[in-house]
Amino acid sequence: MNILEIEHCRKQFDGKEVLHDISLTVSEGQVVSIIGPSGSGKSTLLRCATLLETMDGGSLKYLGKSAVRDEGGRAVYASNAELHQLRSCFGLVFQNFNLFPHYTVLKNITEAPMLIQKRDKAEVYATARDLLSRMGLSDREDAYPYQLSGGQQQRVSIARALAMKPKMLFFDEPTSALDPELTGEILKVIRGLAAEHMTMVIVTHEMAFARDVSDHVIFMDGGVIVEQGNPTDIINNPTHERTIQFLSRFN
Amino acid sequence: MTLTAMIVKMSEGLGRTCAIFFLTLLFSLPLGLLVALMRMSKNRVVSAITSACISILRGTPLMLQLIAVAYGPFYLFGYTLLVKEKLLAIIIAFSLNYAAYFAEIYRGGIESMPVGQYEAAHVLGYSKGQTFMRIILPQVVKRILPSVTNEVITLVKDTSMAFTLAYMEMFSIGKQIANSQSSFLPFVIAGVFYYLMNSIVAFAMSRCEKALSYYR
Ligand SMILES: Nc1ncnc2c1ncn2[C@@H]1O[C@H](COP(=O)(O)OP(=O)(O)OP(=O)(O)O)[C@@H](O)[C@H]1O
Ligand SMILES: [Mg+2]
Repeated sequence: MNILEIEHCRKQFDGKEVLHDISLTVSEGQVVSIIGPSGSGKSTLLRCATLLETMDGGSLKYLGKSAVRDEGGRAVYASNAELHQLRSCFGLVFQNFNLFPHYTVLKNITEAPMLIQKRDKAEVYATARDLLSRMGLSDREDAYPYQLSGGQQQRVSIARALAMKPKMLFFDEPTSALDPELTGEILKVIRGLAAEHMTMVIVTHEMAFARDVSDHVIFMDGGVIVEQGNPTDIINNPTHERTIQFLSRFN
Repeated sequence: MTLTAMIVKMSEGLGRTCAIFFLTLLFSLPLGLLVALMRMSKNRVVSAITSACISILRGTPLMLQLIAVAYGPFYLFGYTLLVKEKLLAIIIAFSLNYAAYFAEIYRGGIESMPVGQYEAAHVLGYSKGQTFMRIILPQVVKRILPSVTNEVITLVKDTSMAFTLAYMEMFSIGKQIANSQSSFLPFVIAGVFYYLMNSIVAFAMSRCEKALSYYR
């Protein structure tokens, strides 16, 4: 089953088109990595998919349900109530975590499931504690974000997203704000999720990681998908000039 | 008149001074938030009108505003304020004036919030209201507390403006005594009273800041 379907997505900022006709399908359990140079539109694509940015043209579906439909080249959004429903299909992990600083770790994770999804408090707390123990943070549930390292904060933010029981997760450069020695712990968590067949779309500059963890790699440049396919093929044997050029910088 | 007699007489007005102080805070703090939200409204007309009102309230003396509220009804409708309505006029003028100042403080605080906080809440499904009340406002309160303290300290001193309307709070009583006794002492006493009140304010506000220092 397809969790996410984006077709012919177009997005412009101040008259300048930064996404040209992007299509992307993610099926259940699939891990897709998006790589590409700075300014190529990776974040914008993720922000369109997570409804943080409104696309100008194209369509967007979660689990076959339409969030955005294309009407003669124009993007038409579903009602706010429908979008609210669809938002629970996905979670987003930000580059700079965006934890709520005035909440404890536990409250960061438990508030939305109880408040938004109206789930039972005991169940939500059990889920949160389970997630925290999987993240190796069982002893930090009463800490405030400022008391945690960047890597720990990012693990909390992953737990916060997972606590909503989403069908898929988006990551926008989850390790870019971290010191190199903390990068590994986050990549390990994401690898663990991949092993459990969590559906994920990951924007990353970690090429080896993208190759190892994903089923599909997309190379974007200048707002278009230049090349995509099997991770080993793309990363080890790119065919397009721009992909070759981009990847040569990482070797 | 002895010093003690002066102090006793003037402290009889402290209740009214406190009434102006607390009622002004009670109304201007929430009103300021509402005004800040109107000032930031996407509706250009609402935001422009609010902005103009804030500008007038901050750009003219509080004393003039007191006079406008107290005597405006007479010049407009021939209605003379009853003595018991004096406090009402004072509270209206003070609340509007302070709401304008608080609105700009709230606005600064709200605009200083990183957009990531809104986005994180939005993706988790928080509504606009939930995001504001649960995520944004609590953090804004912490951020603006030092500026609010400044305004509250100014408010303590500004209560003395009520003498413009001959409202018999502590300072007006002091001024009356000063006139009748040809003495400077009542002003010294008033100064001490204001200083003491502001020491309490400063203490209370620093406790609030401490209470909010559990996170950064
Ligand atoms: N809010 C915005 N307003 C105007 N232009 C924007 C905005 N957001 C992004 N852009 C522009 O859109 C283009 C794509 O930006 P985007 O952030 O999606 O790139 P990216 O691939 O994520 O880059 P990076 O690797 O640096 O994160 C850039 O040219 C950027 O300047
Ligand atoms: Mg980006």
